[in-house]
Amino acid sequence: MNVFFDAISLLISADNDLLMIVGLSLWVSLVAVLVATLIGMPLGAATALYKFPGRKVLVVILNALMGLPPVVVGLLVYMLLSRSGPFGVLGLLFSPTAMIIAQTILVIPIIAALSRQIIDDLWVEYAEQLISLGASPTRRMMTLLWDGRFSLLTAVLAGFGRATAEVGAVMIVGGNIDHATRVMTTSITLEVSRGNLALALGLGIVLITLSLSINAAAFLVKEAAENRQV
Amino acid sequence: MTQSLKFIVFFLTPLIVTLTTPSQATSAEYITLASTTSTRDTGLLSSILPIFTKGSGIRVRVVAVGTGQAIKIAKNGDADVLLVHDKKSEHSFVSDGYGVKRYDVMHNDFVVVGPVKDPAAIAGMKDVVKAFGKIAHNKSIFLSRGDDSGTNKKEYSLWHAGGIDTTKASGDWYRETGSGMGATLNMASAMNGYSLADRGTWLAFKNRKKLKILLEGDTRLLNPYGVILVNPKRHPHVKAAAGKKLIDWLISKEGQSAISAFKISGEQLFKGSLKQKLTLTR
Repeated sequence: MNVFFDAISLLISADNDLLMIVGLSLWVSLVAVLVATLIGMPLGAATALYKFPGRKVLVVILNALMGLPPVVVGLLVYMLLSRSGPFGVLGLLFSPTAMIIAQTILVIPIIAALSRQIIDDLWVEYAEQLISLGASPTRRMMTLLWDGRFSLLTAVLAGFGRATAEVGAVMIVGGNIDHATRVMTTSITLEVSRGNLALALGLGIVLITLSLSINAAAFLVKEAAENRQV
Repeated sequence: MTQSLKFIVFFLTPLIVTLTTPSQATSAEYITLASTTSTRDTGLLSSILPIFTKGSGIRVRVVAVGTGQAIKIAKNGDADVLLVHDKKSEHSFVSDGYGVKRYDVMHNDFVVVGPVKDPAAIAGMKDVVKAFGKIAHNKSIFLSRGDDSGTNKKEYSLWHAGGIDTTKASGDWYRETGSGMGATLNMASAMNGYSLADRGTWLAFKNRKKLKILLEGDTRLLNPYGVILVNPKRHPHVKAAAGKKLIDWLISKEGQSAISAFKISGEQLFKGSLKQKLTLTR
């Protein structure tokens, strides 16, 4: 079909513009997921392991925030970063950094909530042993994070999926500027508005292929590492 | 301790890798231009701006949204130059102190597009207000931008001129998409409805299906674009010198001929406004 032909020729031709768009998509999403992992994973683990008042409320909030509407987050970050907003002096609006900030906010709850669940389940298994060893809470957290790393990878991949597929927030804070803030999803929106439906779908297939490759790579790494362990 | 080491390697390696990978941000001088979807979706800006960049060394980052939103972006100081098409709000933008001065830069015209079958029988009419009256009377589906864009404001003024209140018909035959021109045209072609479009976007649009131009040439359909430098007195961070250079270039002989030379399948989309009387395309 026409569309698939378009997609394949897009991939084969791989012109500079497309490479730049794909590169920026990956860069923005990877950095956002990385920062979100560094914040969300300890947050999720701490919520699972420490007992403190309001813990259950936090769990519910984290779970609910997994469904944060990207447009709302985009708008919020836009208002904060606008020259007329509180962080306007930084001049970050319409830059990849602004997109990273918005996506980080979107991804943190996903990684935190999923990590909390994973660590919670692991704790049931490890509790007796860790308590009898007299491990400190920090020690417990590190052990569980390490032993659960392959399951936690799924949480990270879920966050990455959200980041690459999201269009509402990056459109508002990035502005879809050619050669500066244009990513896969915003260029798909642009081609749709130009009535280039085939090209838009072609770009969509490229995006899906990319995300499939990344997930496949993660899966293979996980398999290899698990086999080595056994 | 090996466990802590493993821990650190597993979680921190990606951080180091990502942070040492060069960012794509370019350090060259650039300005931000807030403009309308019509100037980008047609391909005009990506055709003429490289010529300006080549001569001046200044890159132009285009944020293309509806005229209403573009003006808001400029008012907030998030752009250096504004290029839009709603004279009334452009003038108040300047008189309210947000902009320095408005320059005529180019123009094209609006066209009424609709299904080939033309249920309201407006094809070939010369009076756009009367044609809108027939669409309303016939309750034929009309797709409005509904997004406060220049096109949307023009469309409102045409309904208003015919004394038609579209608010009652909203959701019935009058459908506000709240989207850009292209998205609205996509919906018009899917629903076989009428719509008002700028000629540029229409010519560049590829998903017409059974839509065609039914009415054009009424002087009320003229669509002039203005360019304004955001006032550095209000927003000191505005790159005034570079922004001024872009405006000077747009209204220079070179800029004007670049605008006029831009064509899609042999058809000229915009006419330079300098030293030319505002005229309809045909």
